[in-house]
Amino acid sequence: MIEVKNLCKRFGRLEVLRGINCYVAPREVVVIIGPSGSGKSTFLRCLNFLERPTSGEVIIDGVSLTDPKTDLNKVRQEVGMVFQRFNLFPHKTALENIILAPMKVRGLSRKQAEEIAYSLLAKVGLSDKAHAYPDQLSGGQQQRVAIARALAMRPKVMLFDEPTSALDPEMVGEVLAVMKDLAKEGMTMVVVTHEMGFAREVGDRVLFMDEGRILEEGPPGEVFGNPQNERLRAFLSRVLKV
Amino acid sequence: METVIHSLPVLLLGAVKTLQITTISVFIGCILGLAAGLARLSQRRILRFLATCYVDFIRGTPLLVQVVIVYFGIPQVLREIQSYLVNAYGITPFFKNIPVFLAAVIACSLNSGAYVAEIFRAGIQSIDKGQMEAARSLGMTHGQAMRYVILPQAFKRVIPPLGNEFIALLKDTSVLSVIGFEELFRRGQLIVGATYQAFQIYLTVAFIYLVMVIAFSRLVDYLERRLKTGD
Repeated sequence: MIEVKNLCKRFGRLEVLRGINCYVAPREVVVIIGPSGSGKSTFLRCLNFLERPTSGEVIIDGVSLTDPKTDLNKVRQEVGMVFQRFNLFPHKTALENIILAPMKVRGLSRKQAEEIAYSLLAKVGLSDKAHAYPDQLSGGQQQRVAIARALAMRPKVMLFDEPTSALDPEMVGEVLAVMKDLAKEGMTMVVVTHEMGFAREVGDRVLFMDEGRILEEGPPGEVFGNPQNERLRAFLSRVLKV
Repeated sequence: METVIHSLPVLLLGAVKTLQITTISVFIGCILGLAAGLARLSQRRILRFLATCYVDFIRGTPLLVQVVIVYFGIPQVLREIQSYLVNAYGITPFFKNIPVFLAAVIACSLNSGAYVAEIFRAGIQSIDKGQMEAARSLGMTHGQAMRYVILPQAFKRVIPPLGNEFIALLKDTSVLSVIGFEELFRRGQLIVGATYQAFQIYLTVAFIYLVMVIAFSRLVDYLERRLKTGD
């Protein structure tokens, strides 16, 4: 579903990604962990070209994003993204947030789009909040609307960029639960997170990144149970201690 | 005092003209300003360059100079072109001067457009980067993201500074007196010329400006408060 070949990204003189290779199979849930500043988010943002890589190739569902002939807008329709800070449109209600892209990009009628939106709102447990504005919702509710908004485009892949990092602790669970359901339904997902419990329970594969490289990868049992890399051991001892 | 009362109707008609020219110019300025503001943020170098030239030229020169260029300078060039055409092709001359009202509208609109461009640019740039990213991640084009996500939010933030631009131009239209446009200040000048009551008349003129400005700044304050609650 996603293929990444020798991906490099540089901000000026700072090398953020130094040659990433990876493959994400359909229906697979890949979780990326690593210390902050390791390039996890940049890597994720390169997968839909919100960040343009300096070199290397990204292929999504057989389409190379690096190819100048590729219509990035078309590719992005198939790749949903959820952000750390939700990024809901504050001037629109939850419902309007969800139906905007299906109507304007996919060309659905308002009725069709609303049908999808209401079923997604039900799915994330927010049927009663359809007409609420983002600032009337809690962080956890906003993030669930953001997930519904991304799903409304019926994407083939979902990218999550630290979706629970900006939430109060008591709201983390509700968002993770929605993501867990999504994984169970077979959605292909790439998740950058600090939630080790989620990585262990839901991830099919865990990638450990540090200083712009993938230093270790494998099933969560192995990565957490029997870490090979020195830095991964140090990282795990830091995050699991607390 | 009697002179003041007698000249009040004339001055108030001048104030109406002042309001007229300001409203028309800020309205056209908004259209020009939106275009120039977007151009300044464009990916295309040439658009950015042209918009920057326009904004810098207008903001870097006095309105008074712009007004005389439009009213005296441009027609001179047009007349010279015309006389060339008359000699070369024998067409009958038809152009003599720009009507003073048209010149006033052109100069003030161009002037206002440059200031409004900066207001729009700042308004658009004040919207969180995540909004554009979220819109693009849903597959919207840059244009769609601007139209449905960024601009509606920017418009709200831009209303108070646009109100201030209106107030600034309202006062600055007094320079139109140099081309004989009979707005409030020009009418004051004419009355003083006939009555020699400079103190009373100019004070009255100042007072009328003050009333208009205060009324508008109250209106802007009110809009600002209402928009805050509706955010």
